[in-house]
Amino acid sequence: MKNERSSEGYWRILMRQFRRSRASLAALGIILVFFGIAAAADLIANDKPIIMKYRGEIFFPVLKDYAVRLGISRWQSQFQNVTFKEFTRSNFKEGDWARFAPIPYSPKEVSLSVARQNPSSQHWFGTDDLGRDVASRVVHGSRVSLSVGFVAVSIYLVIGLVVGALAGYYGGVPDIIASRLIEIMMTIPTFFLIITIVAFLPQSIFNIMLVIGVTNWPTIARLTRGEVLKAKSLEYVVAANALGASGLRTVFRHILPNTLAPVLVAATFGVASAILIESALSFLGFGVSESTASWGAMLLTARQLLPGYWWLTAFPGVAIFLTVLSYNLVGEGLRDAADPRLRG
Amino acid sequence: MVGSNGAPGAQERISALDGAAASIRGMRTYFLKRLLLIVPTLIGISVISFLIIHLAPGDPTALKFSDDQRTGNPEHIIRETRALYGLDDPLPVQYVRWLKRVFTLDFGVSLRDQRPVVDKLKERIPVSLKLSGISLVLAFLLAVPLGVYAAVRQHTVGERFTTVLLFAGYSLPSFWVATMAIVYLGGGDFWNVFPVYGLRSSGSETWPWWQQLQDEVWHLILPVACMTYYALAVLSRYMRTGMLETIRQDYVRTARAKGLTETRVIYRHALRNSVIPLVTLLADVFPALIGGSIVIETLFSIPGMGALSSEAVQSRDYPLLMGIFTVSAFLTLAGVLISDLLYTLVDPRIAYEKRAVV
Repeated sequence: MKNERSSEGYWRILMRQFRRSRASLAALGIILVFFGIAAAADLIANDKPIIMKYRGEIFFPVLKDYAVRLGISRWQSQFQNVTFKEFTRSNFKEGDWARFAPIPYSPKEVSLSVARQNPSSQHWFGTDDLGRDVASRVVHGSRVSLSVGFVAVSIYLVIGLVVGALAGYYGGVPDIIASRLIEIMMTIPTFFLIITIVAFLPQSIFNIMLVIGVTNWPTIARLTRGEVLKAKSLEYVVAANALGASGLRTVFRHILPNTLAPVLVAATFGVASAILIESALSFLGFGVSESTASWGAMLLTARQLLPGYWWLTAFPGVAIFLTVLSYNLVGEGLRDAADPRLRG
Repeated sequence: MVGSNGAPGAQERISALDGAAASIRGMRTYFLKRLLLIVPTLIGISVISFLIIHLAPGDPTALKFSDDQRTGNPEHIIRETRALYGLDDPLPVQYVRWLKRVFTLDFGVSLRDQRPVVDKLKERIPVSLKLSGISLVLAFLLAVPLGVYAAVRQHTVGERFTTVLLFAGYSLPSFWVATMAIVYLGGGDFWNVFPVYGLRSSGSETWPWWQQLQDEVWHLILPVACMTYYALAVLSRYMRTGMLETIRQDYVRTARAKGLTETRVIYRHALRNSVIPLVTLLADVFPALIGGSIVIETLFSIPGMGALSSEAVQSRDYPLLMGIFTVSAFLTLAGVLISDLLYTLVDPRIAYEKRAVV
């Protein structure tokens, strides 16, 4: 192929266009950093040592903890039911050492003697009313926010894509039913519906993901339906049909991949809004239980202690803002990249 | 968007006059169809909300008596209460009974304080309407000039600054902003400038009207500001995009070429077409108008629909929940219809006979 440009695939063009926006690239970087933090949360903030030497043996308590929680291993008898900080202080002798995480507190570690402390070199972001370390909670809270964003959006992407594609392609009765369903869901006040269902279900993060997922699919379905309607009469679809491809194959193998760009844009904005919904739910007390380190739940704690203790409000708030802002910026960048009118 | 590109020429205008009668007929059929389609939608909404609310765990009667010490034998009282409200009948029976009453606007009485649901709604809707209405009008009024500015002065320092600021506002969670506002401006450790509780001071009923008005405005500033900034961020972005698209159109270039002043080109020629996306947004905005903001109303203790929804959920008040669902859904449907009508007013190019009813 001589002319490289014309042979460029659609997604490659999209990426090239996307890279032109510095703000969106920076936002993508921030998202990746947050993902790194979420993945390595236990190595960044933990009350157990990452590595320690005790009586001539090397231990990895953080990793061991994973294995224990998975049920494939058990704590050594001398470490059973111990607080490692206490343990290192009282049992360590010459030659023993322990290397703790940069934030040597677990998100649930209650210590009333240090409650409501200002940010300091001990507690970077201060402590809350139960003496829990705010920095540790912010770090571990990233797991809740990011997983809610991704799982919830994945759920409604699947529902929305299937409903929208089938309605758009087959028309007729399926379309009438799907369109009525979409309209019904869009007229119901979503946040109220979410609060109602969440309040009735047992308090858990998975229920929140599920509820956000099953209440937000109509936007995607409407979008997909429109795109499929547009694509239906295009030549490549006619060609696929003429070659004997079944209806389902035509929709899911040929049409959908070509309509994904606008859906991807909507999904990116959707992650931002799912994160906002989760934190608002937790903030109002409908979300995850207060002991779970979630940014919204932390803001609820802060709200109950108002006025004062600015650090309880500021840090989780900034975390939410940065995450949501980054997803919105990436969504914006993708939308501009997918818009041929802006292509230069 | 439906319709031809650009403004119609003289020839087209004549034929458009010919087609006007046909288009009005088309419009009438279109809206008739839309009206008819509201019926299945409404039934669907009521069935869905009925099922969600009734299949949910959490017995309202148990909840009602759980904190009541006076009732000696709760078992038998709970049974009697269930019979009284018909909670023991099969679900379809309960649904049909409820639907029959809804036609007479009777949503039953709240399980919590025995007051008719309709009365509660009547009391709360105006509060939310006022709060959300003021913020939305403000947001629309500010969004148009801001959006125009950001589009016309593209790539200037001022435009960059405005756009970044609005984008940040778009990502700022309103519950966080409201909390911060309460801390810093509402009598926390910092300034005590604004009241943060309710809509008026206690005992203000006896004050002269102008003092009452001042009091109310004072109470509204923080909640309205917290609601406006977000709507403003959303709307002005739409406005900016609409304007950016419009000023690239041929007819705008023509207007410039014939020597019109820039102000006239922008405000008389381009603005009209770029406002259209905002009009379609009216439909999306409608639910918020009636439903109120759960977050803001709860935080500022404003007795609107948002706060009522939150109370209804917490006390598992089935009749009240159903009432809120049905009324908001109905008003939202009405809103969508109205915004459709408005759409034809601002953009006469839309031909309804060609528009599929969805």
